[in-house]
Amino acid sequence: MRFAVIVFPGSNCDVDMFHAIKDELGEEVEYVWHDQDSLEGYDAILLPGGFSYGDYLRCGAIARFSNVMKEIVRAAEAGKPVLGVCNGFQILLEAGLLPGAMRRNESLKFICKPVSLKVENNQTLFSSGYAQNEVITVPIAHGEGNYYCDEETLQTLKMNNQIVFTYEGENPNGSMANIAGITNEKGNVLGMMPHPERAVDSLLGGADGLKLFQSIVRSWRESNVVKA
Amino acid sequence: MFKVKVYVTLRESVLDPQGVAVKNSLHSLNFSEIEEVRIGKYMELTVKKSDRPVEVVVKEACEKLLANTVIEDYRYEIEECVAQ
Repeated sequence: MRFAVIVFPGSNCDVDMFHAIKDELGEEVEYVWHDQDSLEGYDAILLPGGFSYGDYLRCGAIARFSNVMKEIVRAAEAGKPVLGVCNGFQILLEAGLLPGAMRRNESLKFICKPVSLKVENNQTLFSSGYAQNEVITVPIAHGEGNYYCDEETLQTLKMNNQIVFTYEGENPNGSMANIAGITNEKGNVLGMMPHPERAVDSLLGGADGLKLFQSIVRSWRESNVVKA
Repeated sequence: MFKVKVYVTLRESVLDPQGVAVKNSLHSLNFSEIEEVRIGKYMELTVKKSDRPVEVVVKEACEKLLANTVIEDYRYEIEECVAQ
């Protein structure tokens, strides 16, 4: 399986993402610069965290008009897995691939620490490796992760089981309904504030994030590898 | 040539944590009259004349990029001026 890690000016979790896929997951991965015209040949698209365009105007607002975004929209429509982490999530929101928007953390502080997440839906291609309601530990690192959407959108998210991860116990940023990660309606685009790529090796404090990437691979194999 | 002032603020229904923090700080400085603070952004655009009306250009720019209408409202003032 071939992964693309999109690199925007100001991305800073791209190397962690690359490492997670190549060394911990053991799959093929390449960096793709934001001005590329094509994402052909990639089976999954990863938008890493960071501060694309210095977070100017709003987080993700400028990256969302990058040349490669047209191809990301196309990949999402084609049903390919698209994962946005942290700033990647913010870009997916700005692009309208996921509903809602991000506000400043309630505390107004940048928060960088491991948090507990509850797997609210393990029936997605990103979360099938977890048990339903499993509580996992994944680090967050953001100043604007306070998810917001209107009441109607929230009801839709709940009804379609689009809420995949919620903060368990303490909500670090004030996000609506404790939301930490949501998918689109089809379930092939996931945005999440916590960093699964930073939790792929017990040597670095935990490997709970690795299952997310393993889930993507398993789902891809099930639908793309012809059984002998 | 037009000078355009664009104001972007969080929607009334969206809690503004920065505004609340600043309000609390003002209260601790004895500005108890100040009941609410909403923090927003102010942008100045210089727009040249084209075949599109300036209102159309500015509105579209606000909708597409300058404001995120999921959480923000925008308003603008357009002033025609002589190019220097």
